[in-house]
Amino acid sequence: METVVTGKLMITIMLPALAALWIMFFSGRPNLRDAGAIVGAVLTFGSIATMIAPQIISGGHYSFTLFELVPGVNVSFFIDGLGLMFAGTASFLWILAAIYCIGYMRGLSEHAQTRFYFCYAAAVCGAMGAAFSANLFTLYLFYEIVSIITYPLVAHHQDREAYEGSKKYIIYLMFTSKAFLLPAMALIYWQCGTLDFATSGIAEGIFAGDASKALVIAVYFLCLFGFAKAAIMPFHNWLPSAMVAPTPVSALLHAVVVVKVGVFSISRVMLSVFGVNLLSSLHLGLITAYIVSFTILAASMIALSKTDLKARLAYSTVSQLSYIILGVAMLTPNSITGGLIHITNHAFSKITLFFCAGAIYVATKKKDIRDMKGVGYQMPLTMAAFGLASLSMIGVPPVSGFVTKWFLALGTMDINNMILLTVLLVSSFLNACYFAPVFIGSFSRMPETSANLEKSPLVAMMVVPLFITAVISVCIGIWPDLFLKIINLLVDTI
Amino acid sequence: MEQFLIFDNVSYPVLSMLVFTPILGAIGLFFINSQYMMKIWGLFITLLTAVISIPLYTNFDSTTAKYQFAEVYRWFPTINLNYSVGIDGISILLVILTTFVMPLCILCSWNYIDKRIREFLFAILIMESAMIGVFISLNTVLFYIFWEAMLIPMYLLIAVWGGPRKDYASIKFFLYTLIASVFLLVAIIALYINTGTFFIPELMGRNFSFSFQIWVFLACALAFAVKIPMFPLHTWLPAAHVEAPTAGSVILASVLLKMGGYGFIRFCLPITPLATEACVPYLIALSLASIIFGGYLALGQNDIKKLIAYSSVGHMGFVTLGIFVLNSAGIKGAMLQMINHGITTGALFICIGIIYERTHSRDIKVNSALGMFMPVYVTFLGIFSLSSLAFPGTNSFVGEFLVLLGAFSKSKLVGAIAIPGAVLAAAYMLRLLQKMVWADSDGHKHGDGSERGLFDLDLREKLTLAFLTVFVFWIGLNPEPLLNIMDESINHLLIQYNDGISQAVESSEGLHHALRAFKGFIAG
Repeated sequence: METVVTGKLMITIMLPALAALWIMFFSGRPNLRDAGAIVGAVLTFGSIATMIAPQIISGGHYSFTLFELVPGVNVSFFIDGLGLMFAGTASFLWILAAIYCIGYMRGLSEHAQTRFYFCYAAAVCGAMGAAFSANLFTLYLFYEIVSIITYPLVAHHQDREAYEGSKKYIIYLMFTSKAFLLPAMALIYWQCGTLDFATSGIAEGIFAGDASKALVIAVYFLCLFGFAKAAIMPFHNWLPSAMVAPTPVSALLHAVVVVKVGVFSISRVMLSVFGVNLLSSLHLGLITAYIVSFTILAASMIALSKTDLKARLAYSTVSQLSYIILGVAMLTPNSITGGLIHITNHAFSKITLFFCAGAIYVATKKKDIRDMKGVGYQMPLTMAAFGLASLSMIGVPPVSGFVTKWFLALGTMDINNMILLTVLLVSSFLNACYFAPVFIGSFSRMPETSANLEKSPLVAMMVVPLFITAVISVCIGIWPDLFLKIINLLVDTI
Repeated sequence: MEQFLIFDNVSYPVLSMLVFTPILGAIGLFFINSQYMMKIWGLFITLLTAVISIPLYTNFDSTTAKYQFAEVYRWFPTINLNYSVGIDGISILLVILTTFVMPLCILCSWNYIDKRIREFLFAILIMESAMIGVFISLNTVLFYIFWEAMLIPMYLLIAVWGGPRKDYASIKFFLYTLIASVFLLVAIIALYINTGTFFIPELMGRNFSFSFQIWVFLACALAFAVKIPMFPLHTWLPAAHVEAPTAGSVILASVLLKMGGYGFIRFCLPITPLATEACVPYLIALSLASIIFGGYLALGQNDIKKLIAYSSVGHMGFVTLGIFVLNSAGIKGAMLQMINHGITTGALFICIGIIYERTHSRDIKVNSALGMFMPVYVTFLGIFSLSSLAFPGTNSFVGEFLVLLGAFSKSKLVGAIAIPGAVLAAAYMLRLLQKMVWADSDGHKHGDGSERGLFDLDLREKLTLAFLTVFVFWIGLNPEPLLNIMDESINHLLIQYNDGISQAVESSEGLHHALRAFKGFIAG
């Protein structure tokens, strides 16, 4: 149960950065360069895996301070179960995404591949830093690094559409962080004298008991909307715009790394800056729950109306991200468990869906759902994975999404809130409405050429990773014990 | 006067050496014939000055607010006028900033200046002496002499080596600064008549009458507000920046603007605390106007230099805001913001100079889509642009954060109004960056289409920018040493200021009722 101060945790953050440098250095030799990305991903995940046992799983922590700017404002790192779970998920999926990227980028002969891989690795580096942040400043630092470094990825195609999308992307993210997060940090520092997270548990935050209520409420909402990467309405619109990026970017970054940095940050701030007791005494939890409920339902409705597969997935992501916040906002052990475990569950399922969209695009050049009739016969493994991931999104047992919904539903009953339970049920129904037609449609008609498209080597490099992620999302639905145990360490402190 | 000074930090007169080395170097230029050797000589002299200034940092005693490295020589005993110099925690950083920026000014003019090189270097070196002189003077007359001495070489830099509208810009610069500084002279004479001394530390903490303070304050503040420049007196700055040669812009941005902030801190706060107190709401309002207005205007510019010039107005608004919220965080933030602005904006002007040498245009459109051709340049540009918008981890963030902290602890409203300025900074810098690096990359011609075309940075340019990059991250991640150096002096300043107000309140019951309310505000 002790905290170990060690510089070793910097290794995990540095590995993706080193991989990025490797990629830049070997830009002229594509095989060596792409191998560097995969090796970097494997090593990053390995370094995280070594931290789980015995230290983290027994409730211990790692911490390390790199720089002190002014007293109470540091660049310092702290690893607990929550951060490790997020970092582990992101880095594990990076391995598969790195393999997938090779198939995608070479399959489409994309330009500027070195820049692409460089930014890709650097974005993961930013996510690792955010996951391990010990205070709001470090979190903000890495949050902003992720914003900036993903900009070239969104603008990758360098055409009008890409510029428009990336402009929207950066305006939303930068505006919210500057306009809301910056004053929030100044106010928190002024009020508390520090920006460090409370590390002893999630019951109490860092605010003193006599802090002005109006100030706390104001700061809370500044934080909630300041982390626009969580795509809570009305600051969600950057996410669909970011879909102009190549699909591997949408898959790893806009389903896992970037957006999860947003929800992770909000969860962290809610639990470790404000604390469960303060939030519930000011009823901020419930208000937040209603705000994100609106996002869940509205985003699902919009998803129904989209016929572009990636756009539909983007709105689905907006809606699913809000589940995580909903869980945390209900402030009961069950609901927090459901919310936080969804960081991992959603990651595996949604990356599968995006991988499928990308594989279909590379193999058939089809983006629109209406054109995909019969694709299931050409790409059976892809569509099988798509089906499994859809089930997870809908929340059908035994796929991982079920675990989330189960705990969230328990949470709504803990606080006896039928409205939120209804939201869960309705949204599950909506999920089914917009995912089922894609899957069913792909088998609805025999295509003219029923040749299996998955056998070409580059497409195979994409199908294998997406099948692995689909299988894993079933596995963690059946055996969620590890994640539950890690989250329990956190929620037990309430 | 000795109680204010420390003489024995080093055994040689280091401050006088700093002032006179560039002057001697300037005279030495007349004995050199080869243009190349002149440039080498100029670089050597500025580097030598920078080296001489290093002991200031290493031998500085940061545990006292006294003026250190002091030198006092008799000058005009009949009017009690001495040559007295010294530095404290407030001026030391500005002196070092000056000595370190000057070699870069010569490096960035290496190919840019192709006529009258001797005269150019002469002006630069005289400029350096005068600027150092302003920061180290402990005597109002000496201060004023150096203050005015900066004017002529700067005027010449713009008027001789400037761009197409150099006449307009240089005259405007000259008139604005000259007229405003005449008022400074009036204030200096008034202070002398009232107290019989020119020695700045002796002028501080005196219990002048309120009406006297107000007049002195207004006279000084006008001079400093033009220099810094504060809205609505800023209009000379974009003109001067746009027309000045690169080195001129760098000197203007990095050092000259800091004179205003330094003047406010050195003169207005400790000498006329009551008047400062009375004017604080207006000054904060003007600072906020500078922040918002500067940022807003920067957003609409198509001339890169103009954009950076307006961004300077915004950044300097943060400096004056920090000064006039009158708490430790605010003033420290303002000091740090001045240093950071010197580094970052200086670097941005060097970047613009580099691209101007290649394309002969300062238009964003002409200089767009550089990413493909000049990756190293674009990397540096990115770093300095991010620094300019106060990206966390870079130098400007620390300064801006401290200023915001000071603003929020003074009043939530003031803080809230300053925030859009920070948002605007992100907007105009990212717009500039996006266009210069990416936009229209479907192959348009750069420059005049001559053979030279676009080529990436050479070693000289890389070194110039790399040197500044080090400071961007060093201050951004480890500002503690700088904050420690100024800590004691700023605490002393605030004590002086608060004493000045409480004495006045005790001594005259009939004083403005509002002042007492203000005092409670400060204390609370």
